[in-house]
Amino acid sequence: MDVGIAGYGAYVPRHRIKVEEIAKVWGADAPAYKKGLMLREKSVPTPDQDTITLSVEAARHAVRRAGVEPRRIGAIYIGSESHPYAVKPSGTVVAEALGMTPEVHCADFEFACKAGSEGMFVALSLARAEEMDYALAIGADTSQGAPGDALEYSASAGAAAFIMGRDRLVAVCEATYSFMTDTPDFWRREHQFYPRHAGRFTGEPAYFRHTAACARGLMEKSGTRPDDFRWAVFHQPNGKFPMRVAQELGFPRAKVEEGWLCPTLGNTYSGASPLGLTAVLDVAAPGDRILMVSYGSGSGSDGFIWRVTPRIEEVRDLAPRTRAQLEDHPVYIDYGTYAKFRGKIRKPCE
Amino acid sequence: MIGTARYWREIPQRYRYEAARCTACAHVAFPPRTLCAKCRGRAFEPCTLAGEGVVETFTVIRVAPAGYADEAPYAVGLIRLTDGVRLMAQVVDCDLARLAIGDRVRVEFRRIRQDGESGILCYGYKFVPAT
Repeated sequence: MDVGIAGYGAYVPRHRIKVEEIAKVWGADAPAYKKGLMLREKSVPTPDQDTITLSVEAARHAVRRAGVEPRRIGAIYIGSESHPYAVKPSGTVVAEALGMTPEVHCADFEFACKAGSEGMFVALSLARAEEMDYALAIGADTSQGAPGDALEYSASAGAAAFIMGRDRLVAVCEATYSFMTDTPDFWRREHQFYPRHAGRFTGEPAYFRHTAACARGLMEKSGTRPDDFRWAVFHQPNGKFPMRVAQELGFPRAKVEEGWLCPTLGNTYSGASPLGLTAVLDVAAPGDRILMVSYGSGSGSDGFIWRVTPRIEEVRDLAPRTRAQLEDHPVYIDYGTYAKFRGKIRKPCE
Repeated sequence: MIGTARYWREIPQRYRYEAARCTACAHVAFPPRTLCAKCRGRAFEPCTLAGEGVVETFTVIRVAPAGYADEAPYAVGLIRLTDGVRLMAQVVDCDLARLAIGDRVRVEFRRIRQDGESGILCYGYKFVPAT
């Protein structure tokens, strides 16, 4: 029995800030940041956008492509590290906006940047178990970086949504694999506004170890090699990491570039590799095989192998393509506007 | 400021743009009513508003009411949807200097307001440029 993606959708906010604009405020070397992070600009949410609003827009695109009645979707899982409420689910608002309620199972997931792929795994598993016809998984974030920190150049906003099911598939899931250890490379304590990270420790023992091990384990489990894939998507906390891990694994640049959104999108955290997958689905041909590996600090990776079906060509233009959202009509803002949008300016209590 | 209960009651309209079409004259009421404003009919069928329209007129708010001060300046427009219904909403993500009557817009789900620092977050519809 095939199980996989029946519909997918993406949402990218329209506002952008360039690396130069951030660097000039902190007296930093913009060319060095751009080269080091392989990143030119990032998306910025407006004050009226959050994980819930981004999720609704991405999920509406997914529903349009799936062509299913929302009440047939039996579960909603939103993975994010920026749920607007500390206590109260994001999923209830999104499900209500989509018209999925009331017979729906709902949970908000957290696992740094892999919370989105966690939802995808669980939604796939419920569809495979025939617990429900369809299940919705969303990866979304409006992530924050502390002012002046390296994260401020990359932490951005976006969402990707996937409706998993057993029919109307645009991509069949051929295999999954997860790899996880306790590796404290990035965290945010309760009541803290900004996350902290362990600098270079976020590289070798964290991102590279887990991402590469997950990809290798997935290929070993499925008996595949890099040559068997037309496309590969890796978590992209910056532009450099996914390109380097792809090279280490033997994936040429041409297989990675289509889903490599970070240079102009930034790091959308839980939305990062899921958004990369939507960009690949926008251009993939029937029969193409896609390797996708997420990464979440803490740390772990979820891996998926997708095989694209002929239905992709019927549905991909039923909603805005991911790169079109990224490239068409961006609105560039200065640092002052950015600081206001992101709530970085302390104001007196009203 | 609106109460939690009223916000909750209006969720079908704020989130899903649910309206009511008079079965006698096809007039669409948004929000739904018990009596048709056009023919006085009392029978309605549910319908959903079109997600696109044009700016019929607008104003730019520069001195905003409490709770919206951080958003000023912002545009509030009267939007005529493709199904003929008119409704008032914020027009966002646009260049206020270039916003014009006749501009095509589409609906997006946005945060409308928040009840202070610890109250509920209220969501609903705003409009953005269609291109």
